[in-house]
Amino acid sequence: MTVESTAARKPRRSAGTKKSPSTKPELVQLLTPEGKRVKHAENAVYDKYVADITPEDLRGLYRDMVLTRRFDAEATSLQRQGELGLWASLLGQEAAQIGSGRALRDDDYVFPTYREHGVAWCRGVDPTNLLGMFRGVNNGGWDPNSNNFQLYTIVIGSQTLHATGYAMGVAKDGTDSAVIAYFGDGASSQGDVAEAFTFSAVYNAPVVFFCQNNQWAISEPTEKQTRVPLYQRAQGFGFPGVRVDGNDVLACLAVTKWALERARSGEGPTLVEAYTYRMGAHTTSDDPTRYRGDEERLAWEAKDPILRLRQYLESANHADEGFFAELEAESEALGRRVREAVRAMPDPDHFAIFENAYADGHALVDEERAQFAAYQASFADAEGGK
Amino acid sequence: MAEKMALAKAVNESLRKALEADPKVLIMGEDVGKLGGVFRVTDGLQKDFGEERVIDTPLAESGIVGTAIGLALRGYRPVVEIQFDGFVFPAYDQIVTQLAKMHARSLGKVKLPVVVRIPYGGGIGAVEHHSESPEALFAHVAGLKIVSPSNSSDAYWMMQQAIQSDDPVIFFEPKRRYWDKAEVNTEAIPGPLHKAQVVRAGTDLTLAAYGPMVKLCQEVADAAAEEGRSLEVLDLRSVSPLDFDSIQASVEKTRRLVVVHEAPVFFGSGAEIAARITERCFYHLEAPVLRVGGYHAPYPPARLEEEYLPGLDRVLDAVDRALAY
Repeated sequence: MTVESTAARKPRRSAGTKKSPSTKPELVQLLTPEGKRVKHAENAVYDKYVADITPEDLRGLYRDMVLTRRFDAEATSLQRQGELGLWASLLGQEAAQIGSGRALRDDDYVFPTYREHGVAWCRGVDPTNLLGMFRGVNNGGWDPNSNNFQLYTIVIGSQTLHATGYAMGVAKDGTDSAVIAYFGDGASSQGDVAEAFTFSAVYNAPVVFFCQNNQWAISEPTEKQTRVPLYQRAQGFGFPGVRVDGNDVLACLAVTKWALERARSGEGPTLVEAYTYRMGAHTTSDDPTRYRGDEERLAWEAKDPILRLRQYLESANHADEGFFAELEAESEALGRRVREAVRAMPDPDHFAIFENAYADGHALVDEERAQFAAYQASFADAEGGK
Repeated sequence: MAEKMALAKAVNESLRKALEADPKVLIMGEDVGKLGGVFRVTDGLQKDFGEERVIDTPLAESGIVGTAIGLALRGYRPVVEIQFDGFVFPAYDQIVTQLAKMHARSLGKVKLPVVVRIPYGGGIGAVEHHSESPEALFAHVAGLKIVSPSNSSDAYWMMQQAIQSDDPVIFFEPKRRYWDKAEVNTEAIPGPLHKAQVVRAGTDLTLAAYGPMVKLCQEVADAAAEEGRSLEVLDLRSVSPLDFDSIQASVEKTRRLVVVHEAPVFFGSGAEIAARITERCFYHLEAPVLRVGGYHAPYPPARLEEEYLPGLDRVLDAVDRALAY
């Protein structure tokens, strides 16, 4: 009997159920789920990036998260009302996005996926602009260069290469701006992400890879994507990776600032894995009850990013009732504004089909536009003849 | 100044001129630096312009095109080399999904001036994946422009124009013609990039081709002339957009059209030309538009490529069939 056939008869555990290495991954946390501010020797390197944070800053982070969540809830409702075709909710990921988004400078550049509504908020993109593509009136309704916030990228992982190329350009230009690429646990399996890691390492590009590991790629848990904690992948490419509590806005802010500083000072790329949870469905078309139970959700609810900061603000006397009441009113006003803006969003002109297919024009597009115009005009003639 | 140079050298000179003229122009690809590319098209450029502008990349085509997109978004004008036609497919997603669509996605706010150079076509006795003609796979995608020069002068000038284009251009270089020499006038004023050219006037039938097949069609026209047939040869130069006006003008005169390309005939550019010219010239045509090209089979091993590729006799056969109507 050959060795191979013996092995073949042995019962084997499938790769999908095998446990990851037993060493517990380090998790950078500065604010516990109970809202307690912690300093840890291991975290000291990151703690200094939020050492001088003021109560006003903290209230600002809280406000950002609350308003982002309110906007997100409004968008979900608008989808249910038929005003949007689809919505990809960020519920549960507010700390990861606001923490990292507020770590950026104006001259930094963001390459998002399609779920970075909180980062868009930090960049000053009008939230109503994010909704055009989900309503189906455009494929991206903002100027990427006015807020240094690229358009949403739907094919997962592609934008990590764009971010890397952009960062290579930043380095060539000799400025100390940095670039941040957002992606998720599912995208981490894409070849483009591996190639982005390779290129950024080889060229020492000033880019931060910010992976929001929200545990689920639609219905596939992270174990279907990786056998090692995702942040550890960076090591094989020759740059550091760190796992941060993605529901801790302070830790996300600190770790991202640290990573951006590395980029600015010529130390190259960094992988940040923000360990978080997608509290809602993948999109409004998804049904998570088919693949995960309530127990897991409840466990993560206890680690809610907004709740823990509120507890801290209250216990430290950094915010009073007036602040929370005012924010509540502001939230409702935002919801109303978004609702009205979406309902007022006009359908695009028919000829928008042909616009911007090319920058310098194309003979076939011109010809087909003319044919389309003649076809449309034929109805007007018919109506006029009645 | 007019000078005789090989097609590969003409591309090289054109890239050199672009690097000199615009500091935002970058060359990227596998082995494009010290080696000067496997066909030496980028020979000497890294030596003269440095590693920051003539960039040897990791061996990852999606990465090459994906980072070129990022550089273009930053204001650079990357010219990337895909080493061989059959190696472009790892980059196909970035080209089709991102490069072609970003301008439209941004409602015209961003431009993607990226040139993707692809040495293409067979006839050099190569191993698998080194002889393909995938132009139709790109021509189907709105947002891309597809060109292919047939001679040194066009190689020089069309590359200049491709780099100046604010749209992404896939630049198919006929690798079996890399060593063919022809006059290049580097001070001439070039015609439009996407306009076809009559390279030989005739009255009995039009042969339309681009890239490596133009020279073949000229040889076919010579052979036909010995039999008293006057063939017009049209160098299409651009596959997207296609210059249907020039094809139409020629067919209205000759009333017969044969399209020749190395790519498989099935769903090839000849099919599109046949359909549109039939529509435009229905009452002028004396014969159906015929096509000569590769078969619907994987590109064969080198010892069989002469049978697979359009050659003098196969094109003449199509000419005879068209004239027999």
